[in-house]
Amino acid sequence: MKFRHRDRDDERTELQMTSMIDIVFLLLVFFVMTFKISAQEGDFNVRMPLQGEGAPSDSTQLPLKLRLISDGRGNLQEIILNDNLSFGTNWQDLRNYIVQTVGAPSGPDSDDGPEVEIDLDYDLHYEHVIEAITAVTGYRRGNDIVRLIDKIRFAPQR
Amino acid sequence: MRIQKKDVKQAEADLTPMIDMTFQLIAFFMVLINFSQSEQNARVVLPKSELAKPVDAPIEYPIIIHLTSDDAIVIGGDTISLDALRVRMAPEISLLELEGKTPADANIIIRAHRTAPGGRVQDLINRCQELGFEKFALRVKEDQS
Repeated sequence: MKFRHRDRDDERTELQMTSMIDIVFLLLVFFVMTFKISAQEGDFNVRMPLQGEGAPSDSTQLPLKLRLISDGRGNLQEIILNDNLSFGTNWQDLRNYIVQTVGAPSGPDSDDGPEVEIDLDYDLHYEHVIEAITAVTGYRRGNDIVRLIDKIRFAPQR
Repeated sequence: MRIQKKDVKQAEADLTPMIDMTFQLIAFFMVLINFSQSEQNARVVLPKSELAKPVDAPIEYPIIIHLTSDDAIVIGGDTISLDALRVRMAPEISLLELEGKTPADANIIIRAHRTAPGGRVQDLINRCQELGFEKFALRVKEDQS
């Protein structure tokens, strides 16, 4: 007896991949084009209530007065601490002094730690203000951050 | 004369590995895409700090103020002058009051250009203080050097 072979190829269903691949490549191109490697951002918190309420919490501990002098073009000319200690433009020296003065680093939640009052010339570039805040706030030891002074405020404007 | 049909064999490419890879790439870029760029401004290059660490918890009631290199103040896409700050902040304060909060509960995030005058940032803080804001965050970029 003769068996008739049915043509099974006709029954095979094939997925249309073309449209899906089109969309997938479009998505891929979109994400590749919009991808941007950007450095992470962080914040320095400054608590500044209205004047009069912003007195240091511990009256026995006067704030460290950090004076930042501009050269007239916005660049840093001199760093003076408590009106008598000059550090030139060396933030590391300032940090070393803070480490010696503050002693044991204060914890991030300590309320009775020292306070720094930053007194800056109007035209001083903002990046130098951040450098000052960085120098007094702490330093990196490996992957950890050692905290020095958390309370920062600005002196009344010149 | 009878012509015999030749059984033409079609060469089919195996698309599976390519699709796998493509989907993996899409997943990679989707995960890494930075949606927070909406709160960034092209005119602001933040100063760098080695102590910059991303905030662990989301900041409560954040109000982001940009101070650009050309001394413009940008809030929510609106470029305003320092004198117009009070008017621009009025809806923000109303919104806070609707939620039973005061401006003292809000966090002002200042994104200032690195060469902006420091005194200008102080001006901005002073104006915000006059409106009752107390908590400020100076945003910086992580120093990777």
